[in-house]
Order: sequence, then structure tokens, then C-alpha cells
Amino acid sequence: MQLYVNENLVEVGNDSSLTDLRALYKPTADLLIVNGYPVADSHRLAAGDRVVLISRGEVPTETELETLLVARHTPGVHARVKQARVGIAGVGGLGSAIAVALTRLGVGELIVADFDVVEPSNLNRQQYFVDQLGMPKVAALAENLRRINPYVSVISHVVRLTRENIPTLFAEVDVMVEAFDAAAQKALLVESFLSNVPDRPLVAASGMAGFGPANTIQTRRAGNNLYLVGDEVSAAAPGSGLMAPRVGIAAHHQANCVLRLLLGEDPLGE
Amino acid sequence: MQLVINGQSREVSAESLAELLVELQLDTSHVAVELNQAIVESSQFATTALNENDRLEVIQFVGGG
Repeated sequence: MQLYVNENLVEVGNDSSLTDLRALYKPTADLLIVNGYPVADSHRLAAGDRVVLISRGEVPTETELETLLVARHTPGVHARVKQARVGIAGVGGLGSAIAVALTRLGVGELIVADFDVVEPSNLNRQQYFVDQLGMPKVAALAENLRRINPYVSVISHVVRLTRENIPTLFAEVDVMVEAFDAAAQKALLVESFLSNVPDRPLVAASGMAGFGPANTIQTRRAGNNLYLVGDEVSAAAPGSGLMAPRVGIAAHHQANCVLRLLLGEDPLGE
Repeated sequence: MQLVINGQSREVSAESLAELLVELQLDTSHVAVELNQAIVESSQFATTALNENDRLEVIQFVGGG
């Protein structure tokens, strides 16, 4: 029978076991995956199976890793997002979590920009680690994304985004994400991007501070090509901090909105 | 005049976009405005005249992210 071993089509005896395959193709393998699911070596094989043999600590090749990602995705998602380029302005609480989600989806290319460095106070909600304090956020993020999926292309800019450079840096994105902290920066990004790149959708966020109810954070269409996530009232202020749960909820609203746009679905299901 | 602001009909006395934002008591540095489906740059707020039945989306951002 024919089946795939680490994405190569091979011919094996009809009664071949997974143990035989391992001995033949990768004796050091200790993780055996058949059709996307880890199995024991007693697992019975069938023609057409996709077998991936991985040694612990070894990074799978691009094809192997993507095959494994696809196995957990809804069919058709990976091929679409692999072709996509998404821009993320600001990689703090929102942007770092959005970048992680889009990397786990296997989005082809991320363009990220932020001028800031990782500070201790960021670790209450942002996707960084204590050994990254002081690093430029985009450098720390690129490192973390590489550890998730090294085959996602991450274009990093350590830069303060302005009215002038926003349209240049993000001219070629399929979907743009606003993930800043300051209200004035949010407004500036929306204005600058949509007035210069009006045919590309922008997903922005406003209002996710505090520990108010999760369900008040929503995604709505706020303009012709503008989607807005948040409760739109909960500002970060003394007495109302930014914390991982609601910031994460908003970030994942944004990430799912991006995914739906890339898949050609209306973000609101309308 | 009558405008449609964020989907709601509203009678306003403002004649320019800048006047409207004052009338709505919004901080102009924290808003993004779409007038008849096109974003208006903030430098144009003062010179953008409003007309009867214009449709506006006015997004007031709050800080946090």
C-alpha cells in the first residue's frame, strides 16, 4: 500500500506496522503522528495515511509542521491564511497576543511595528517572558513566534508609527490591525491607514480595561472597512488596569475578525 | 440640520465637522470620523462642511491595549 511518511509518498507492505515504518525511516522517532493525531506504535496503518515521525527536540520541516497544523485546523483554512500578509501596529497586550494567534494559524507573513521595549509591568498581560526584559518588543516577539512556527515570516520594525510611515510600512497588507495603547495613537492609525489604503480592512480595538463582564467586549462594524472590538468605554486609568483576561479576549476577537476577513467571511456573520 | 450619526438620526446645529465634534463634546484627538463612507483626516475637520442627511461614523477611542 501507499502512504505518506513525513510528507513523502512511500510504498510499504500491506501489513506494515508503525514500528516497521519507524525502523525504516526514523529509528530515533519518539513521537508518532498518524493523520494529525499522536498514536501508539501498535496503531494499525491504512493506505493513504499521513504518518509523521518526530524525534523529541527536533524541529519539523516546514512541510511536516504545516501538515500537522492543518490536521487541527478546519479544512481549507491553512491554504488560505498561508497566502496572507497581516500588519499589526503595536505589539503590547493586544498586538503580541494577536501575533501569537495568527502565527498558530500559520498566517504567511506578519508585519509588526512598535518602538517600545519589554518592561516588567508588561508581563501581567503581554506575551513576553521575564528573560526578555529590556529587549525591543518586536525582537522579543519575533523570537517567541519563531519558537511557535519558524516558517511564518515576521517583518519587524522598531519604529514609532506616524501619520507618514503608517501607509508606507503597511501598504501591502491584506488586513491591518490596530493594537496600540494610547487613544490618540489609535485614532491616528485608523485615520492614516484608511485614508491611504481604503480598500483594505482594518481591525481596531477600544475599551478592554478592568475586570468587567467578558461579554461586553464585542466586534462591530464601525465604518466602511473598519471593524471595532471592545466595550468602547473601559479606558485604562488609575483604578482600572489592563489585565490579561479582558485584553486577551479583545485580542482574540481581533484575531478571529482577521481570520474571517482572510477567509472571505463577514466578521459579524451578516 | 439632520444627520445620521452612528446609525441614529440626529438634529444638530453644527455646520462643519469640527463644530459637530464640539457639539458632541468629543476630544478630536481621540476620534476617527467617516463621512459618507470615507475617512476624514483630522487636519480637514475644520474645513469639512456638513450637508443635510450626511451619514457619519464617529468612533471615540479610549486608551488601553
